[in-house]
Amino acid sequence: MPRLPFLFLIVLLSSHLLRAKTIDVGAAFRFKHPQPAIISAHNGDTVMLHKGIYIVKNLHINKSIVFKGENEPVLDVQMKDFGITITASHVTIEGITIKNSARASMTDYAGIQAMKARHLTLKNNILINTYFGFHLSAIDSSLIENNTLIGSAPDDARSGNGIHLWQCNFVTIRKNKISGHRDGIYFEFARFCHISQNISEKNFRYGLHFMFSDNDTYTNNIFRNNGTGVAVMYTKGIRMEGNIFADNWGSSSYGVLLKDIGNSYITGNTFLNNTTALYLEGSSRIQVVGNTFQNNGWALKLLANCEMDSFIRNKFNGNTFDVSTNGTISLNYFKHNYWDKYTGYDLDRDGVGDIPYRPVSLYASIIEQIPYAVMLLRSFAVDLLDKAEKNIPSLTPDQLKDDSPLMKSPTR
Amino acid sequence: MIEVKALQKKFGKLRVLKGVSICFHKGEVVSVIGPNGSGKTTLIKSILGMIIPDSGEIILNGKSISGDWQYRSQIGYMPQIGRYPDNMKIGQVFSMMRDLRKSDIKPDESVLNSYKIPSLFNKTMRTLSGGTRQKVSAALAFLFNPDILVLDEPTAGLDPLASEILKQHILEAKSKGKCVIITSHIMSEVDELADRIVYMMDGEIAFDKTIKEIKEETGEERLGKAIAKLMKSEIND
Amino acid sequence: MIKVTKYVIYDIVRNRVLIAYTLFLFLIASTLFNMEEDPSKAIISLMSIVMIMVPLISIVFATTYFFNSYEFIELLVAQPLKRSTILLGEYIGVALSLSFAFFIGIGIPIILFDATATGFVLILSGILLTLVFISLAFLSSVITRDKAKGIGIALMIWFYFSIIYDALMLALLFTFSDYPLEQAMIPIVALNPIDLGRIIIMLKLDISALMGYTGALFKSFFGNSMGIFYTCCIMFIWIIAPLLYSIKVFNRKNL
Repeated sequence: MPRLPFLFLIVLLSSHLLRAKTIDVGAAFRFKHPQPAIISAHNGDTVMLHKGIYIVKNLHINKSIVFKGENEPVLDVQMKDFGITITASHVTIEGITIKNSARASMTDYAGIQAMKARHLTLKNNILINTYFGFHLSAIDSSLIENNTLIGSAPDDARSGNGIHLWQCNFVTIRKNKISGHRDGIYFEFARFCHISQNISEKNFRYGLHFMFSDNDTYTNNIFRNNGTGVAVMYTKGIRMEGNIFADNWGSSSYGVLLKDIGNSYITGNTFLNNTTALYLEGSSRIQVVGNTFQNNGWALKLLANCEMDSFIRNKFNGNTFDVSTNGTISLNYFKHNYWDKYTGYDLDRDGVGDIPYRPVSLYASIIEQIPYAVMLLRSFAVDLLDKAEKNIPSLTPDQLKDDSPLMKSPTR
Repeated sequence: MIEVKALQKKFGKLRVLKGVSICFHKGEVVSVIGPNGSGKTTLIKSILGMIIPDSGEIILNGKSISGDWQYRSQIGYMPQIGRYPDNMKIGQVFSMMRDLRKSDIKPDESVLNSYKIPSLFNKTMRTLSGGTRQKVSAALAFLFNPDILVLDEPTAGLDPLASEILKQHILEAKSKGKCVIITSHIMSEVDELADRIVYMMDGEIAFDKTIKEIKEETGEERLGKAIAKLMKSEIND
Repeated sequence: MIKVTKYVIYDIVRNRVLIAYTLFLFLIASTLFNMEEDPSKAIISLMSIVMIMVPLISIVFATTYFFNSYEFIELLVAQPLKRSTILLGEYIGVALSLSFAFFIGIGIPIILFDATATGFVLILSGILLTLVFISLAFLSSVITRDKAKGIGIALMIWFYFSIIYDALMLALLFTFSDYPLEQAMIPIVALNPIDLGRIIIMLKLDISALMGYTGALFKSFFGNSMGIFYTCCIMFIWIIAPLLYSIKVFNRKNL
């Protein structure tokens, strides 16, 4: 019976058409403004917003509809309120530009806020000059994709976060571009989320900032040129893979800062041109594998309260200092890394250096105590000092060494 | 032409010139003689501006030379030991000097040609003997047809023939009305060339007399003896 | 002046030491670039060599050259030439020759193997150091009469600036580590041309680390391209001041 599937499809479509209708909004249509259209819509309907500028004040979506823009319609909030508030599940917002949300210190005004809902889709939207971009609380199983968030806050104190999640689970955030906010992506109690292929740059504080957000995965994102880089805290089970952390310059600026992080993987990332590429404080059982540390001030700052962290097959190239630490003991493990400053030899030709590499230089330790001594970096006197210390280690931690450094940089 | 007034110079504690005053005129050859360390080289170098005196004045054609450098275009200088950039060829040294002096005057190549230097133009300075260097120095001193010639031990390294040639050129210069100042130890040469002798001792001028005067005063025909006699009487005085 | 320079260069290009210096630099640079797979690593090794060798060779060579051409300078002084013209002409001649030697020896390999900003900054820094140390060489030459003494002073100047000064500075930093030395650091560094040459390169190579310092002065000094500009300006003072003083001494010098 070849015709049966076809018939079935027609029945399905017509029944859908019967139930779900499209409500057009625009100068040429019955609805000139989206709010009455949304009020008149039923679950499953599509509200189609046509090209134009609509002055809105907190559009409230409390039913499962698709709110879709055609030819980039603009919702202008005129700095008075939220852009859109979602309080229903199964809502899609797509292709809409939202401008100028209110700013206040007591209320987290946002371009789109959503609460206590699931299965939301926020796609292809452009948010310009909103205080917070997306502000999601208690949201489950949702998708935030391909949005552009351009904040224009004057400074750190008067800016909100780009994508802000609180108490959320299973949210996928991908291919978004976030700039000019306080934190590009901010999570608090956001678990089992996937964050991939986003670009978070030029935010005042962090490109990515989270705490208490276990079991999230970050892949192939770019975090660059943010005020203080990326900082993550009090979390277990993170995977960071194939991300780029770049151009974070400043005294408290980090490619990635890990504080009280446990059981996590940092693999295949690139750390480029950061003052400090990777900073670990009170973080244990972290696998740092196959990353590239290139042209950073300090590739690794590994505080003495970190234990059982492993650093394997990473590439350290062109960094001013490879590793610095604050104590004389280290309970971490280095193996098969490539260090461009390694000057050992490989007599048995197995690709692994025959003498260990000690990545903590005496001078790096001196600079920890006397910061302005950095002016003498690479001077002849300092080179002599470092050479002496390399031969007879006395001030640098004895155990912090790579017993099997690679002779050639690993190819990925 | 050149008037030296109360020239004083100290090197450290040593007073090399103790107020020397002297004149040099056109058309005369003056020989400055005296024992080693008497101050003759210092006097000559002061005239050339190579040594800057502590006090006193040197006036050339009515103008003080202090702070001036252009006056040196009127002087040709032949040093005791001429040293030139080792890697240069003789020809290059001559073209360099012409280039440096940028003089419009037609060069006087008589000495150059008498010594047949052009045939040596392709030799590098490093390879030259002392005598050949002296020839080069002499040729350079005469080259720009200067009004004043300062020759420091001119015949010291030269063979007799070359010395003779140089003497002829000196007398010729004198006849052209130039002022020639020579230091020398060779009395016969001084006798032949000089009109006047300035004898220096311990930074002062012991005497300044024409050869004629010296010979007449002492009654000696040979200049060496005459000077020895004169010095004796000076000391006795 | 240009004429004096012309003949100095004419003389110096055939100088065996200068040719050896050029070849030596070229050999070291090309060996380093060939041995290291990563040219940026070679640049760092090259930098350490440049910081030691270039000041040393420049100051010793220029002092020796000055004394070796003493008679030539005497000859020039007896000519209708200004003394300052003679000394400046000599300086420019020696400076051009040594800079050119450096450019051939180090610059060409850098351009061939690693034509990056860091590479060019290394060339710039090396040439500035060459000029500074020739200037210092002239100073040590005019204040002495004796060749051995002049070379002795030149070596002492080099030793002081390349090791002693930094060691003293380190000791100072340790002794006064509790005091805010930020303000003092830049003037202290400015008093050593080798440190300045090093900082020009650091501003490119280690900018990520340098940006880790909070001081406002550091920020404004390092934070933009003005850092290199200021450093170069101070280097120019290091070139001009000893040279002017040399001319002053030379003008009154008895030859």
